[in-house]
Amino acid sequence: MHEVSMAAGILRMIEEAAERERFQRVSNMRLEIGALAGVELQALSFALTAMMPGTCMEGSELAIDEIPGTARCLHCAASVEIKSHLEPCPCCGSYTLQATGGSEVRIVDLVVFDD
Amino acid sequence: MCVICGCHAGSNPESTPDSNADSNSQRTDARKTRSGASPIPAETGGGDLPYGVGGARLSVPGISQARAIHMEADVLGKNKRLASRNRAHFAAHGVSAFNLVSSPGSGKTTLLCASINALKIRRPGLSVAVIEGDQQTSVDAERIRATGAPAIQVNTGRGCHLDAQMVGDAFARLDLHARAHHGHGGDALLFIENVGNLVCPALWDLGEAAKVVVLSVTEGEDKPLKYPDMFAAATLMMINKIDLLPYVSFDVSRCIGYARQVNPGIEVLLVSATTGDGIERWLDWLLPQHGDLDRRPAAEPVGHGTAAQRIMASTVVTP
Repeated sequence: MHEVSMAAGILRMIEEAAERERFQRVSNMRLEIGALAGVELQALSFALTAMMPGTCMEGSELAIDEIPGTARCLHCAASVEIKSHLEPCPCCGSYTLQATGGSEVRIVDLVVFDD
Repeated sequence: MCVICGCHAGSNPESTPDSNADSNSQRTDARKTRSGASPIPAETGGGDLPYGVGGARLSVPGISQARAIHMEADVLGKNKRLASRNRAHFAAHGVSAFNLVSSPGSGKTTLLCASINALKIRRPGLSVAVIEGDQQTSVDAERIRATGAPAIQVNTGRGCHLDAQMVGDAFARLDLHARAHHGHGGDALLFIENVGNLVCPALWDLGEAAKVVVLSVTEGEDKPLKYPDMFAAATLMMINKIDLLPYVSFDVSRCIGYARQVNPGIEVLLVSATTGDGIERWLDWLLPQHGDLDRRPAAEPVGHGTAAQRIMASTVVTP
């Protein structure tokens, strides 16, 4: 349920951007979420959609891109892509993967209107 | 080329009139790529009126234009900034902070009470304080205060985790904080007992030196696989209530194997907060070299081979 506070944080950031960049409404928003971010995409999307009415995000379209996680194998030193913390190294089969990336949650860009 | 009259003005996107304004602006994390042009465009430095730089590349009275804004903004950025500020604040006050996370009922508060009592004997002058996170009630803070240690209760209401702002606000109310400002500084320990939840607190950095995940033997050994994000984020796993091992079917080595499958570098301690087994080892972990966390030896490197061999090879401390 942390997706709810994350959605609230996203809306706050958009409202701040609206003030700074002087736009009135957002028609599209693109998010990027790492596979290891611990964020349930559907829950975040649901929370955002539920909170949009009454804000400059009302009626806006949401696109969420999932970014693969990355890890380094402490056994064979391979750099690999992973979907979760539960996977063995695809190169050597050991469970010795140390995550190196894929925990980001970012607002990439917006399409906005000034009226 | 202009679609209205065919001239070449404004046809080169590189010459977007407000591109210079961008580089000079004080915006922190948003960059405007095209200026809005409706109804009257923002005047540029040279007095030009950039009507044709919106998404449609032309302006039609009565029809608004879309423009794209590149945000490239970290959603957790604000929390990360506040956590870094907490971390610097703790360091400046000689405070080592530990973020205790677990599911509800793993025994975090009992473990903290036992730790505070044991610390009074081991390091009588050491300042210890607790920030308690729960959705409701101050029951846990009262249990901590009964040991003589100061505690601040943070009620998150419907919130499922503590965030860096809450911890920063709570820290400012603690004696630990005032003490350092009055020149009575020295090493101190701050325990942050997070809301009982094995999911959400994994994402929120509070400025702690390490996350410590507590797992009790009554919960089942497969928790690390069911809630991998938390075990991946933790530096230490404490297996609590080991006095109950004879009565439950909890396979300790399998549990450690699962935890290392998710996080090969995780350290492990076995404790019983009620009998005191393993508490001294926990204090060794907390207080290496006179409490200076930077001098604490890192987790042993992970050996090659099977999970079972790795468990044998690395730091599992039994009471």
